[in-house]
Amino acid sequence: MPAPRPVQAKDGDVLVLVGTMKGAFLFRSNGARARWDVSGPHFPGHAVYAMAFDGRAGRKRLWASTTSMHWGSVLRTSDDFGATWTNPEQANVKFPADTGLALANIWQIRPGPAQEPNVLWCGVEPASLFESRDGGETWELVRGLHDHPDRPRWEPGGGGLCLHTILPDPANRERMLVAISTGGVYRTEDGGRTWRSRNLGVRADFLPDKHPEFGQCVHKVGVNPKRPGTLFLQNHWGLYRSDDFGDHWFDIANGVPSDFGFPMVVHPHDPDVAYIVPLESDAFRATPEGRLRVYRTRDGGASWEALTNGLPQEQAYETVLRDGMAADTLDPAGIYFGTRSGKLYGSADGGASWARLADGLPPVTCVKTAIVGDPRKARVPRPATAKRAKPAEKATRKAAPKAKVKAKAKGKAPVKPRRKAAARPKRAKRK
Amino acid sequence: MGIRILLPAYLRPYAGERPEVELEASPATVGGALEALRRIHPGVLDRVLTERGEVRPHVNVFVGSESIRHTGGLATPLAEGSEVSIVPAVSGG
Repeated sequence: MPAPRPVQAKDGDVLVLVGTMKGAFLFRSNGARARWDVSGPHFPGHAVYAMAFDGRAGRKRLWASTTSMHWGSVLRTSDDFGATWTNPEQANVKFPADTGLALANIWQIRPGPAQEPNVLWCGVEPASLFESRDGGETWELVRGLHDHPDRPRWEPGGGGLCLHTILPDPANRERMLVAISTGGVYRTEDGGRTWRSRNLGVRADFLPDKHPEFGQCVHKVGVNPKRPGTLFLQNHWGLYRSDDFGDHWFDIANGVPSDFGFPMVVHPHDPDVAYIVPLESDAFRATPEGRLRVYRTRDGGASWEALTNGLPQEQAYETVLRDGMAADTLDPAGIYFGTRSGKLYGSADGGASWARLADGLPPVTCVKTAIVGDPRKARVPRPATAKRAKPAEKATRKAAPKAKVKAKAKGKAPVKPRRKAAARPKRAKRK
Repeated sequence: MGIRILLPAYLRPYAGERPEVELEASPATVGGALEALRRIHPGVLDRVLTERGEVRPHVNVFVGSESIRHTGGLATPLAEGSEVSIVPAVSGG
């Protein structure tokens, strides 16, 4: 197969990085996000579960984890938007021999804070965290988490025992939160030396004890760096918010057709706005009623509205995986998601309207975004010239809670008891 | 006469594009031959063995026409002049 053409990106352009089960694809547009160039497949035949863009210290570096069913996993980079990629001779992420573990996959790549441009983390399967302090040249196992006494009791979900979420606190270098399926949420306050589970209030419906200290199957946690204490969590059954960086979680499944799903994306500018894609159940992991609906909250989870303009509402039994959704940082924000059926959708207006950007891709495993160079150079159309979007569909009334929900947009915990989502089908195997 | 190790196309970039490597020594076992190969071309072995030193689940190693899964795994003995083939399994989706 000939090498794919790279994308021709310049400052202010938007990149959407799409990992699939059989390679990676790069989508590029300008700030209007109306027309997209596509490049790929990169790494044909390799599963790409994690991608990232590192724009720190003048870099314009793409990262990808590539996993061959036969030959294992490595991290690769490109500094020319996919024209060339590194291919390390020796695997760059390895478990030390004394652990007795073997790397199965790399699920997350997370560049560190801007003030530490050589720090990166990656989350892997079996569930562990690796850190690099030299820009990704070498990686070291974070022993504090690996040696945690809970580890022997973590169980693999349907996707494997993976560490899939890495959320450093932008206000506190020593503090970080990670999420593991199934282990739950863990937090360090001392730069990774010690970790404590932080799952108070999160259910584990698949265990005899529904509220264990750890063992929850957390699917994804999202945060807006402008209010790092506020977290949104999509659980294996359950939607939650925390206002204290994970010390306590409360249910926010208010008016959604199902509280089962995988991705959780928080708006880049408004910490009260988040996006999910509910699925019918763990037994039938598809969009309910054959309608592809993104749900958005604009009040911290007190209510959710269905976003459907431009999305198929018939015979659309889609699945969006935990890293299959992302937001860009322009204003208005772009929201993107890919499906297991190989479709990529995008919205240039925060979800008010959607367009299908691609069809026929391999199953999408991850979607990430980047603004190349200086985001002030992005040419975002003014609202007057932007396409008028239909108003969002209101949440289904019959699924809405009977109890009144007090506004909690400013991070206050709700006063009502937790309510159940709409009638749930029987539980099945967790993932 | 040493041991010949035949490489699939995917692994050749990690062995100077060679389709096969001939070991000067004659290791007694398949595991010994692969360790000798690691010293010459470490990138090949990272892709054939896990960190635990096990053959990856979807990789097959043959001595002649016999899979080592049926002959003792990495402890499979080698005779002088043996031919070891590394072959990706017919798995995928």
